[in-house]
Amino acid sequence: MKTRHKKLFLILGGVAVLTVASILVLNAFRNNLVFYFTPTQVLAGKAPAHGLFRVGGLVEKGSIHKSGGGLTVDFVITDLKKSIPVHYHGILPDLFRAGQGVVCQGRLNTQGQFIADQVLAKHDATYMPPEVAQELKHAHGPGAPVSSTPYSYKP
Amino acid sequence: MYKYASPKNFYALAGRLVPWLGTITLLLFVFGLYLGLYVAPPDYQQGDSYRIMFIHVPAAWMSMFVYVLMAGAGLVGLVWNIKLADMLATASAPIGASLTLMALVTGSLWGKPTWGTYWVWDARLTSELFLFFLYLGFIALQAAIDDPRRSARAGAVLALVGVVDIPIIHFSVIWWNTLHQPASIGSLGKIIAPTIYPTMLHPLLIMSLAFFLFFFTVVLIRMRGEILARERHTGWVMQIVRSDANAPEARP
Repeated sequence: MKTRHKKLFLILGGVAVLTVASILVLNAFRNNLVFYFTPTQVLAGKAPAHGLFRVGGLVEKGSIHKSGGGLTVDFVITDLKKSIPVHYHGILPDLFRAGQGVVCQGRLNTQGQFIADQVLAKHDATYMPPEVAQELKHAHGPGAPVSSTPYSYKP
Repeated sequence: MYKYASPKNFYALAGRLVPWLGTITLLLFVFGLYLGLYVAPPDYQQGDSYRIMFIHVPAAWMSMFVYVLMAGAGLVGLVWNIKLADMLATASAPIGASLTLMALVTGSLWGKPTWGTYWVWDARLTSELFLFFLYLGFIALQAAIDDPRRSARAGAVLALVGVVDIPIIHFSVIWWNTLHQPASIGSLGKIIAPTIYPTMLHPLLIMSLAFFLFFFTVVLIRMRGEILARERHTGWVMQIVRSDANAPEARP
């Protein structure tokens, strides 16, 4: 019985040590595991200055300007604190609209404009029928966000 | 309780449970799919493509649950030398691998219309892919060792080491900025203010129960096969084989 318990504690101890080790490793690589930077982080110089990176945030309302047959689009991406103008040429995902969470991949040019070569939409994990969304919109007034849980941005 | 820890008694018990579990599973699948595909309304921003979640979410949950069960069974097998626990781990692995693959493929098919891409290397997707490789590694490792005791032990160690990936998958959407959205259900706050409309949530819960029972049905069938293969030299297995050969319709 005693050796059995010893074995059990050894194994559980091993798994615990391994867990702590992987948490430390993941914490050390934290910046490399981040899928995107927020506009605040980018403007604070935390994103690579010349390389390719991703910026994530909401599409600012009324900032979308399409040209070139709708394939070229200019908009502003914001985390409600700081914002960055984005220029993109290509096909947008169906969910792309004002107020939607998006993740853009590309690089900053010298004018501080983000030249994206890929735009992905982020889903907000809210699911409801169109009628309910309509009702919510009326209840909160036009232009109010439909989602009941707006994005929270982590630093 | 201890009575059923012997392979012989467990074989008989599992044989009696499988038809019941299988029937309930089938009924739940039919009911869940009916609610999910016909009764539930389309989504306000995704239209009909959100219905993939009725397969994707249960498959992803089960892929993690099965792995934890497999690691737990491995631990019991390592410490208490219970053969049945080793068999449970071995029997679970291919089912878990299939569920993981299902979660990855359905997620990818949902990602294209919703996000605009089939695949991104964000923390959630990458850690789930890693889980798939863990399952494949477990299956390959066990297949490479002939001696059943050594094979079970090696598999259990791998399963226990890999269990570190489970909290990483779960918390990846909270710890890092990911493209994958955080969970819609599961936290206390979401019970009070749900972000899934009830008529969309109910089929999801029923499908999850269906996947859960599906796993247990299949794992019991696989464990019965595993028991017969490992105990093939014992008297009681010989007896079953002989009576089966004489009267094939006598046994299901």
